[in-house]
Amino acid sequence: MLLITCPYCEETLPEAEFAYAGQAHVIRPENPSGQSDEQWEEFLFIRENPKGPHFERWRHLHGCGRFFNAVRDTVSDKFLTTYRAGAPRPDLASLGGDAK
Amino acid sequence: MSDAVTALRGRSFTGMVTVEDAGPVGMVTVRADLADETVRAALAAAGSDLPEAGGLTWSDDGGTLWMSPDEALILCAADEAAQKASALARALDGSHALVADVSQARIVIRLTGRDALVREVLAKLSPADLRASAFPVGRVRRTRLGQVAAAFWFPAEGEAMLICFRSVADYAFALLSNAAAPGSDVGHF
Repeated sequence: MLLITCPYCEETLPEAEFAYAGQAHVIRPENPSGQSDEQWEEFLFIRENPKGPHFERWRHLHGCGRFFNAVRDTVSDKFLTTYRAGAPRPDLASLGGDAK
Repeated sequence: MSDAVTALRGRSFTGMVTVEDAGPVGMVTVRADLADETVRAALAAAGSDLPEAGGLTWSDDGGTLWMSPDEALILCAADEAAQKASALARALDGSHALVADVSQARIVIRLTGRDALVREVLAKLSPADLRASAFPVGRVRRTRLGQVAAAFWFPAEGEAMLICFRSVADYAFALLSNAAAPGSDVGHF
């Protein structure tokens, strides 16, 4: 079982308490009615599928209930870091690929 | 007025530990930024000292559980909940906060027995780290129990209190009873 650090509870807890919630940093357009079909398609459906570090949202479902962001390596399934929603993307180089 | 009953109606089961309905308990939820000094001061003045993150304050007549950075659950006698909720709402007037009497939303189950066995019953059902060193008296853990959400804490050695939603009371009770079946101890702790 993976151990995930909830940045709100500030504790490292078992994966069974968490739920995956899709790719992180998908920003809703400021002016939705000004978007073209292609831009909507991009916003709604087009997601990254990287081999390596992936920015994603997780939710501490059976706990504080909050959404937060994480960087997970899709090859090793290791969490490189977790950080609060709204915080900027961490610099991948500084994470160094070491598991937390 | 009709008598208040819990969803479990006083059921109890004795196996390697005793699992029993803890009876009606008053519960008041407070949603507010628990790190905010004004909120903490207002709650303390109303008689509810906020615990630190992941902790609880506990006495025989109730306690305050830390549920998340913006949620606390205050336990009190069942017939005092409405009064407590209005007192807290008055104390927090003007803050960005919500107070509600949620006594009917959840049920409380008490487990008593040898400390190691009480921990073992919970450890069979929950991913929480239940070693006494990782989960001492005075901490509260909001996690899951089998398929449902639950929170539990140890008021004293050899005693655990567990809350879960009323709608899953039967499931939780059956689950705990099964985990506490005589002869099912694995001697992990």
